[in-house]
Amino acid sequence: MSIVNAIHVKSITDIQNEIIEEFEVYDDWMDKYNYLIEISRELPVIDSKLKVNENLINGCQSKVWLNAEYNQGKIDFSADSDAIITKGIVALLIRVLSGRTPAEILNVDLYFIDRIGLRQNLSPTRSNGLLSMIKQMKLYALAYQTKYQ
Amino acid sequence: MNFNIDQIRKDFPILSQQVYNRPLVYFDNGATTQKPQCVINCINDYHTQHNSSIHRGVHYLSEKATEDYENARKTVQHFINAASSNEIIFTPGTTSSINGLAFSFGERYIREGDEIIVTEMEHHANIVPWQMLCERKKSRLRVIPFSDEGILKLEELDRMINEKTRLICVIHVSNALGTINPVNEIIQKAHQHNIPVLVDGAQSVQHTSVDVQQMDCDFFAFSGHKIYAPTGIGILYGKEKWLDELPPFQGGGDMVDVVTFEKTTYNSLPFKFEAGTPNYIGAIGLASALDYVTSLGVENIAQHELTLLHQGTEKLLNLGYVKLFGTAPHKSSILSFIVNGVHPYDTGMVLDKMGIAVRTGTHCAQPVMQHYGIEGTVRASVALYNNALEIDALVEGVKKVKTMFG
Repeated sequence: MSIVNAIHVKSITDIQNEIIEEFEVYDDWMDKYNYLIEISRELPVIDSKLKVNENLINGCQSKVWLNAEYNQGKIDFSADSDAIITKGIVALLIRVLSGRTPAEILNVDLYFIDRIGLRQNLSPTRSNGLLSMIKQMKLYALAYQTKYQ
Repeated sequence: MNFNIDQIRKDFPILSQQVYNRPLVYFDNGATTQKPQCVINCINDYHTQHNSSIHRGVHYLSEKATEDYENARKTVQHFINAASSNEIIFTPGTTSSINGLAFSFGERYIREGDEIIVTEMEHHANIVPWQMLCERKKSRLRVIPFSDEGILKLEELDRMINEKTRLICVIHVSNALGTINPVNEIIQKAHQHNIPVLVDGAQSVQHTSVDVQQMDCDFFAFSGHKIYAPTGIGILYGKEKWLDELPPFQGGGDMVDVVTFEKTTYNSLPFKFEAGTPNYIGAIGLASALDYVTSLGVENIAQHELTLLHQGTEKLLNLGYVKLFGTAPHKSSILSFIVNGVHPYDTGMVLDKMGIAVRTGTHCAQPVMQHYGIEGTVRASVALYNNALEIDALVEGVKKVKTMFG
């Protein structure tokens, strides 16, 4: 609990700006992707017991697994993907949205995706599971908000 | 061989651009092909100077457009060597052709318990319309399997054909594996039992010469945009004896003879199957594209593409960490592969940023992926304007992918 709080002294906006700064040093796409590959390795991988069909978000291009746990007013997410670049972006989304309140998640404007040049990955036609993942995170937030308020 | 690739590339204005500050290498031709300047000019000129709805006007422009549309039909007829232009139906594309045929053929010939045979290699457009028909009519879809090399197991076809078989539908060139299927042999077997055959030519007409009379197929479908023509135009070919028997699949203007509220009688072939204002500019654009292909020579194109396919196959396999899907000896244009240990989507994302356009995923042929137990592949598909330098760029791209993810 204290660790989560310590991490989230920073606001969602702080973290998004932090990510934008991190990506600013890369003007080459390959460096950007290499950084995403690095980040993907840091993602706390979803417990294999939770990598089940109920947690699967099936994109036509790549798959994403997402699990949510409600913990004292906040939602902890864990996730995984079978594609590494997708997984890197998943890790960024988790970094921004995990450990937040349902209200924060429901109201979030994820502007960092656009600013780091990865907006194309969230297009509905890309079908890599990321857009559905964000929707699913918001659905969890809505469900927990309804349940606990 | 008189095939000047440097000159030919200049016919395609889109190819000279840069993406992400790198020269565009376009290997997504299986999805759609780029258009030569003559086709672009043709469509532009039509909108600028000649546009008019066909078949009903009494005025100059309408007469001219009607004549050009019907001449386009003759161009298509000659391109696939159909016996009559009545056998050439303009549709929006392969998918529409097959859906239309599935409806008409189903209404006329399919009863409960009947069987339709497809192959495990089909793309969704030659599976789903038949599945929908089978659900409507309580009939049964049967599937000819293929081997791991990507070769149809025709001995299974012999076992499958019976007195309930009404139609066989087969993809000419596999969009996911590149296999050129032995359609002549399949048609011969089918005709011994008086069973008609639909050949899906979406990936064949642009790569190999097609003669529907020599092939003796009963139906043949293809898309314009995959053979350097605009989108939204395609062909359903059918032998006249079949098309005469089949009911129309859409009702509306142009396909009618006499309309009263009691009964409507239908127009003759080919108009019976072309309800509403047709895509006449698309049809005229298609004819322009076919003229272009003919001017280069379909056999020359096939030879050029085969050379590239062999170069690509050899160079990718020589890397030692690329697995190729579709290794039939008789192949065309398609390099479907996985870089070992790397997800196809990651491969495609990195190639994209190197300016190389490929397709990743299931290629609208999920059963093919299920056959191999994989999520998808990377597909590089060659066209007449690709060159050896681009094959090298692809191989360099794959090397880069391996260093990043491997």
